[in-house]
Amino acid sequence: MNVGGHSALAGLWVYLHAQPLFWLTATLAAYGCGAALHERAGRSPAVNAVAIAVGLLVALLLGTGTSYATYFEGAQFVHFLLGPATVALAVPMFRHRHVVARAWLPLLAALLAGSVTAAASAMAVAWALGADWQSVLSLAPKSVTTPIAMGISERIGGVPSFTAVLVMVTGILGAIIARPVLDALGVRDWRARGFAAGLAAHGLGTARAFQVDQLAGTFAGIGVGLNGIATSVLVPLLVEVVGR
Amino acid sequence: MIGAIFTLLACQLAGEIASQALHLPVPGPVLGMVLLVSLLVWRRQLGPDLEAASGFLLRHLSLFFVPAAVGVMVHGGRIAREWWPLGAAILVSTALTLGVTGVVFQAVARWVARESQT
Repeated sequence: MNVGGHSALAGLWVYLHAQPLFWLTATLAAYGCGAALHERAGRSPAVNAVAIAVGLLVALLLGTGTSYATYFEGAQFVHFLLGPATVALAVPMFRHRHVVARAWLPLLAALLAGSVTAAASAMAVAWALGADWQSVLSLAPKSVTTPIAMGISERIGGVPSFTAVLVMVTGILGAIIARPVLDALGVRDWRARGFAAGLAAHGLGTARAFQVDQLAGTFAGIGVGLNGIATSVLVPLLVEVVGR
Repeated sequence: MIGAIFTLLACQLAGEIASQALHLPVPGPVLGMVLLVSLLVWRRQLGPDLEAASGFLLRHLSLFFVPAAVGVMVHGGRIAREWWPLGAAILVSTALTLGVTGVVFQAVARWVARESQT
């Protein structure tokens, strides 16, 4: 009876689901849902907007039998903005340049210690527990922001898209555990807390730090930038040394 | 606004070119960030447009992670096989990194403050 209407709908779907517009819109809608839930949960870091959006989108893609490649045709416009956003980290750095310049020694010391810890401890634990070498390589840059982590992963022989997933998990987890870990260790300096959150948990740690304190957020942004630079120099060296 | 967007993209482009041409291990956007900081320090000011454009990008930073993270769907097999070593590594390493970074920063900052008093 309703066959004509049904096939018209199916035709419309076939057309739409191949369009970048559909998946771009779906990405924003899913993120909107995630952000709304995050707000309702009192901005709890455990209710993460990115994780919710990813869950919704993966369910939708699997449910409709759509490939990741088709999805990415549309979503790439959002993905592209990671690059300019990384460049934009320069602005808070410049705005707080006097505070930053005064703290150059603690920044440098914490950067070296943190950057080495982030890469070496992740690789060591994963390797000791039996992860395969390609996964260990994909995990090495987990603490830096996605575009940088994917670039490093590609260079050292990891799987960049898998690295993106590990980076997200690190960010969500880091945003949740930053406060209890830093409280337990008696780290009260806002600059130290923010810098640790940004260095260990990139953009998601930074977003969390900005919620709590402006100064912490600024130092988190600096942590993201500096660790991006440090890790992209350090991890290839580390892999070369360990790989022999 | 166009000028601000141009500045961000041009810095990123210059960063990409430098990274590729000089075979640097540092990715293009990071070099772009360093370039923009240098540019701002040299000009000694921040236009309201650049402030607005970067504010917009940084406020919605977590949205931009979504497309790459949806890639989780093509790695189902790897995750099923290795969720335990990778999950444990992320948890241990992230806690350690937070702790080491925070403690070192605070300790050195206190040491610097004490030195400058004496």
